[in-house]
Amino acid sequence: MNLEHRALSEHRKVIIVIPAHNEERNLPSLLESIRKKISEVDILVIDDGSTDRTARVAEKSGALVATLPFNMGYGAALQTGFKFALMKRYQYVVQMDADGQHDPGSIQALLDEIGKEDVDVVIGSRFLGNKERYKASFVRRTGIYIFGKIASIITGQSSTDPTSGFQALNRDALRFYASPYYPVDYPDADVIIMLHRAGLRIREIPVTMHTRKEGKSMHSGLKPLYYIFKMFLSMFVTLLRNDRFVRRVEKKEG
Amino acid sequence: MPLQQKIFAISISILLFILIIDLVRRRMLREEYSWLWLLTGAVIIVLASWYELLMSITTLIGIVLPTSTLFFFGLLFLMIISLYYSTKISSLYDRVKDVSQEVAILKMEVSRLIDRGSKSDEP
Repeated sequence: MNLEHRALSEHRKVIIVIPAHNEERNLPSLLESIRKKISEVDILVIDDGSTDRTARVAEKSGALVATLPFNMGYGAALQTGFKFALMKRYQYVVQMDADGQHDPGSIQALLDEIGKEDVDVVIGSRFLGNKERYKASFVRRTGIYIFGKIASIITGQSSTDPTSGFQALNRDALRFYASPYYPVDYPDADVIIMLHRAGLRIREIPVTMHTRKEGKSMHSGLKPLYYIFKMFLSMFVTLLRNDRFVRRVEKKEG
Repeated sequence: MPLQQKIFAISISILLFILIIDLVRRRMLREEYSWLWLLTGAVIIVLASWYELLMSITTLIGIVLPTSTLFFFGLLFLMIISLYYSTKISSLYDRVKDVSQEVAILKMEVSRLIDRGSKSDEP
């Protein structure tokens, strides 16, 4: 609990943003293993209108906790973290899921890659050179495959896992993610296309992902169908749009 | 168009008109949202009372019965109104999202400030 002792303006260079909705069972072990694997980071949990004790559990584990007044969905929760990180001038942001799918052991790899400063977004892919087969429903797997292909064609670089929510960003990318351009309902393959069109550099690296342990996936019921529809529409209109988010390259912030 | 139909259509439109004006007067409907409704009422009144115009529009777009023209325009306006509301809801959603994100961040900042204040008060 050493967070409170430091001044509000002082913080570490890296923040890990974890949106959580009713994840009191998964969070403590996740936060603990992040702390074990990597020490010099701040952890921000965004409690997305949970009905359980997600916020308290996260606070007990020593994380910063921002609580949304009501459930707003994954993307909006995530963006809350991005806005905070932008405001507080964190240099790098890692986004990951609270449900234990994303292995904390891969955080360092993401940070190493983004630290090379020749890329703006590092996406952790569960399919890139991985031994452990990732289990997902047929619709989901097909969706990932098709949208990955489309994103690959449009961006001209291979995208094996466009749905991955395990990413590291630098400040240029962060500025985009915190802007109104960021699609807050199901940010996904369309984000990759938007990033590409905004002139941000994307790279994929292999990470470890597990099949989820506790709780309900956000991809259940009719949602996969809506997801497919939304993705097609979003990618299509993204290509039609003229207004572009322009990345600022000239000056680095200290 | 039979007289009864005419009277019926015009009186309904006038009632709608009065209702909208009254809602605006009682501040239950913002002016911003009333104009489309007033336009709908006005167009229906004009079409129902000006038979020649109604007939020429009817033949122009190839409708058989002039009453269908009235229905068609009524329906068209309803669709436009719902579409307009959908865009309003979308922009309202964005604002609610931004506000609640900021509330979440500020709440966290405030509680951290308070924590720090109470810590430094202790000797």
